[in-house]
Order: sequence, then structure tokens, then C-alpha cells
Amino acid sequence: MTPTLSVERLRVRFSHRTGSIEAVDGVSLQVAPSECVGIVGESGSGKTQVFMAAMGLLAGNAQVSGSVRFEGDELLAVDAPTLNRVRGSRLTMIFQDPMTSLTPHLTIGTQLAEVMVAHLAMPWRDARSLAGRMLERVHVPEPKRRLGQYPHELSGGMRQRVMIAMSLLCEPSLVIADEPTTALDVTIQAQIIELLRAVRSEFGMALVLISHDLAVVAGLADRILVMYAGRVVENAIAGELFGHPRHPYTAELLKCIPDINGARLARLPTLAGQPPRPGEVREACPFAPRCPRAADRCRIERPELTGSSTSQVACHFPLTS
Amino acid sequence: MTNTLLSVRDLHVDFGAHAVIRGVNFDLSAGETVGLVGESGSGKSTLARAILRLLQPAQGSVEFLGLDLLKCPQAELRAQRRGLQVVFQDPLASLDPRMTVGETIAEPLKIFEPGLNAGARLRQVNAMLERVGLSPDMTGRYPHEFSGGQCQRIGIARAMILSPKLLICDEIVSSLDMSIQGQIVNLLLDLQRAAGMAVLFISHNLAVVRHLSHRVLVMYLGKLVEIAPCDALFASPIHPYTRALLAAVPRIAPHAAGAASPQAPGELSPPQAPPELAPAVLASAEVASAEVSPPRLMASGCAFRDRCPHALPVCETSNPALLEVAPGHWAACHRSHETLNPLSLRQ
Repeated sequence: MTPTLSVERLRVRFSHRTGSIEAVDGVSLQVAPSECVGIVGESGSGKTQVFMAAMGLLAGNAQVSGSVRFEGDELLAVDAPTLNRVRGSRLTMIFQDPMTSLTPHLTIGTQLAEVMVAHLAMPWRDARSLAGRMLERVHVPEPKRRLGQYPHELSGGMRQRVMIAMSLLCEPSLVIADEPTTALDVTIQAQIIELLRAVRSEFGMALVLISHDLAVVAGLADRILVMYAGRVVENAIAGELFGHPRHPYTAELLKCIPDINGARLARLPTLAGQPPRPGEVREACPFAPRCPRAADRCRIERPELTGSSTSQVACHFPLTS
Repeated sequence: MTNTLLSVRDLHVDFGAHAVIRGVNFDLSAGETVGLVGESGSGKSTLARAILRLLQPAQGSVEFLGLDLLKCPQAELRAQRRGLQVVFQDPLASLDPRMTVGETIAEPLKIFEPGLNAGARLRQVNAMLERVGLSPDMTGRYPHEFSGGQCQRIGIARAMILSPKLLICDEIVSSLDMSIQGQIVNLLLDLQRAAGMAVLFISHNLAVVRHLSHRVLVMYLGKLVEIAPCDALFASPIHPYTRALLAAVPRIAPHAAGAASPQAPGELSPPQAPPELAPAVLASAEVASAEVSPPRLMASGCAFRDRCPHALPVCETSNPALLEVAPGHWAACHRSHETLNPLSLRQ
């Protein structure tokens, strides 16, 4: 079976006046049809840039190498018209801030209908009525009235529902959701996670869920990739990852989540130190300076990601379950 | 409470025609940590700014050590602010980019202790840097050279250098990465243990609030709807809004965490919750209705009623008062007593 998305040895480097920064440092990953893959990592770990590269949305000073195949077709080498046929229809993206990802001066109806006019050559009138039906499917109340409204007239959660509706219009095979709930209140976040779960089972598309919040990813993902300093350091089935993390970074990160049922007024477990700055030399394991298990070997030799397609770890001394 | 440090009474703040804070009352004791939670737009930060008199409230009083900060003259207010410090959410934006870290932390000393000579000031700054986990040799550096977590430490150092009696922390961990959040929370706990100051900890992160606070205030559309000792609030929340907030916290589900999970499904629900109010039901009933009708202020009655699955006709006509329903546990809900006594809610 062809994976829906297949990324091989992807590197993304940003050049600037004083040097260059390696934002993505040799990432390989697969997303199977209908699979939900969670990507977690802290800011600067490169989790967003991997998928910006796939969507052809990297900044102008980015240099990309490697391969990104979507349904078997290479995306990195293609021209803009070819890429435009795929993105927005078969391959779509939901961003963190629904206000800035909607056009402020166009009505919701126009923005949604435009997608089908452009990709499916549908007449505007049909597109608009389909847009209304899609809003209904993502549980936007009074969908007919919403079509005539502008983004600023909607709440943050409602805008995110519009973005989700937009991503589904052409029945995509892969939706990439980049921190889709981070800008939302906790009550609204719970609803959007619920909605993503519902549309996934209804539309059957694959879903990539990028988040810094392990608990958000835990509710949806079948499989989780943990990124650190531009690399994937662990890849595991969700239950395995939370039950038996193998990379020390994953294990430490899990300990850092304040437990809502845990001891109060006690010190929180922490991860000492800082993530490496982008651009730092990475001959060694990038996590070694913060790692409780680090040995001499970790400071000299960089561990590669090894294992089967559903259980990989990049560590010389992984935890055993 | 015995040793009252801050006493807020009938506080109202209007932004033009919009009532943003609508009659807030609470006390804060010396050395106490009070968490303030609520959704964006509920007025948490506005309340903090009103207490600091960074904006002028329409009505009410804020007594700090017996003195009404809202009515006292500017000179007096300045003097009082020495004991009343604040740390803001965005660590980089709240530091002056053109001042070195040393100058930033020394500035409050220059203002409040002009008699101090440069050498003594530097010693205090260096000692403070060490207390917040930074190295004294960083005094000559500028904010842009630091990470978000380090900038937040600098902001805390600046606020702590005058040994305040009350530290207001407005979402100080929200913009930080998960692995850094714990470092800042621990720092705050250590500083409080050593210096004994009171903390008003504003956050939308309920797990962190629970971890730090002695008491918690829950705010909804400019009103406090529940005040309770921390354990009571998380174990037996009374207001439906508090219950919805708690139910919405994403958790690493036990089934996903496998056998090693520290949580059993039963522990997730408040022990006293009747079956129809279990979090799963809350998530679908209370949380779901929340988005259908975004928070908006109504002319009369309970502001939460159109999001509330338990609203009665009385909720439309009369605004529930904040009443003490159990020792130290206050709630503003017409059905508080039914929630406390689950059997009667089933009828």
C-alpha cells in the first residue's frame, strides 16, 4: 500500500547574513491512509517546518533537500501549478490562528466556495450551497447566515470550525493540523478535538496533528512522533509511547506534565537546561546535555533513528519496558 | 482569614459601555497563593491591572495593607507599589530591549532606594540573579540574548528585588515550553517559601493552578462565580462553569497510557459527582453548549445560563449571589445546594 505521505531524509536549512540554521535535520516519516499521526515537540524542534516543506510554504531563504511524496508523487521538485492542484484539495492544512488564516475582507461563504470553484470548477451557486452544507457538518449553528458573515464576526472556536470545513471541501486524503487548538480556550479546545475525531471517522482521511501539548495529541493520534532539535527521536504507537516511552526525552517530557490528580505544592519534575539553539553544531546527540542517561558515547556519536516502522528510537541507551 | 493583605470590594471596571469587571469581592492573606482562572475575556488580566491601578476602575475599593489604592494620591500609590509587583505573560515584551539585564533588575532599587551606592546595588542584583537561577556574569547582556524561560526569570528577578508582599503573576508560564514551565513553577514555589510573599497566580492552565494555589477564584464574564480552597475546588466543584472547565482539561487517557498509567478512569471524575454530571457527560453537555452560544452578557439573570445544562427559569430572572455553601467554599449558582447534595439533582 502506498503511504499517503512519505518523507525521506528531509533537510530544511535557513540561510541568513551570519550563517545558516538547520531547522529540519534529516527527517523521515510515513503517514498511512486514514492514519492519525501526532507530531510533538517544543518550539524550534522543527515540527512545523517539516510540513511547511511538504506544502511548499517555506520562507524564501529556505534550502530544502530530501524527498516528500504525497500519494506517490514527489512534491519537492514540482512547479507551482502542479502543487496547486494538490494542496487545498487533496492535501490541506489547518493553522493555529484561525483569524489570520482567513481573509478578513471576504465573507465566509465566498472563501469556502472559492475552494470548490478553483479546484473542482464548480459554478459559484453550487459551491456556495455545498459550503453551507459543509458548515452544517462541522456543527456551525445557523450555517446559512454564517455564509454571509466576515471572519471577525465569528468567535475563535467558530473560525476554527470554518477552517476545518474548508480543509474538508474537496475530500482530502490528508489534513495537516498545526496546533489547531493552541489559540483557543480550554473548553473550546475540547470541542475542536471532539470535532476532529468526528470528521476523521466520517471522512476517513489521514490526519497529521502537530502540537506541543502531549495531552491534546493523546486524545486523537494512533501513532506519535517526538521531535527534538530538528530530528525525530521517537516513533511509537500512542499507547506504547505514553505507557513505555523509550527515548529519555519523551520520558522526561511526560514527567513534566503537571498531573491534575498529582501531589500539590510539591516541586514539579523538570527538565534542566534548554533545548539547543537552532544552528548549534550537532555532532553528538542533541539531547545529551539535558539527558539523565547520557554517557561518553552520546557526546561524541549521534544516534540514528532505528527500529520498525511503528517503533523507532534515536538513542544509544533507550529505556527498556 | 486573619492576616489580610489585600481586600478587593465591589470592584467594577468599564471599558466604554462594556462592563468588564462586575462587582468582584475577595481577600488575600499574607503568604497565601490564590489562583485566578477563567476563559479569555473573563476579565482576569483586567482585574490584575485594576488592583495595580494600571487602569482606573469605575467603582469599588482595593485595600492593600489597609490603604485604598484606588483613592490614595499618586505619590502614596507609588510608595505602595514597592510592595506590589507584577510579572507579565510575554517575557521578552515586558523587558526593555535597550537595557542590560543588570540595569533592568537594578532599576527598582534605584527608584525606591536612592541612597544605595552602586556597589551595594550590584551585590543585590547579583544575589537576585543567583536566586532565580541565572549567573551573575549575565548582567551585561541584553534581553534578546536570552530564551523565553530565562527572560521570565529576569522578569521575576525584577519583581522580587524589592521583596514585595504581593506578587501578581499574569499567565507567566503560558508562553513557555512544557519542559521550561516546571522550572518557573518551582522557582516561584522556592521564592515564596523563602520570602513569604503572597501570590495572585492568573492562569488558564488548571493543572498548574492546582499545583501552586492554596485557594482558587473562578471568574466568568467579570464576576467571581466560585471561590474555594484548592482541594475542595478540584474535588467537588459546585458551579457548572467550574465543572465544565475541569471537564475540558485534556488528559492523557488511561487507555492510551497502558497499564503503567497512574490514573484510573474513576479518579478523573469528582468523587461526589452524581452519574449524570460525570465529566464525560459534562464534556458533551456543558462544553458542547458553550460554543453554540459564546459568552455574552445578558441584561438580567445568571450570565452563564445559556451555556448551562442545568439552567432553571429562575436563572433567567435573578442573578445568583456568591454565597458560602460550605466552609470557605463560595459559589454563585441557584442550584449550589442541589450540586452539594447530588440526590436532589436527579429529580
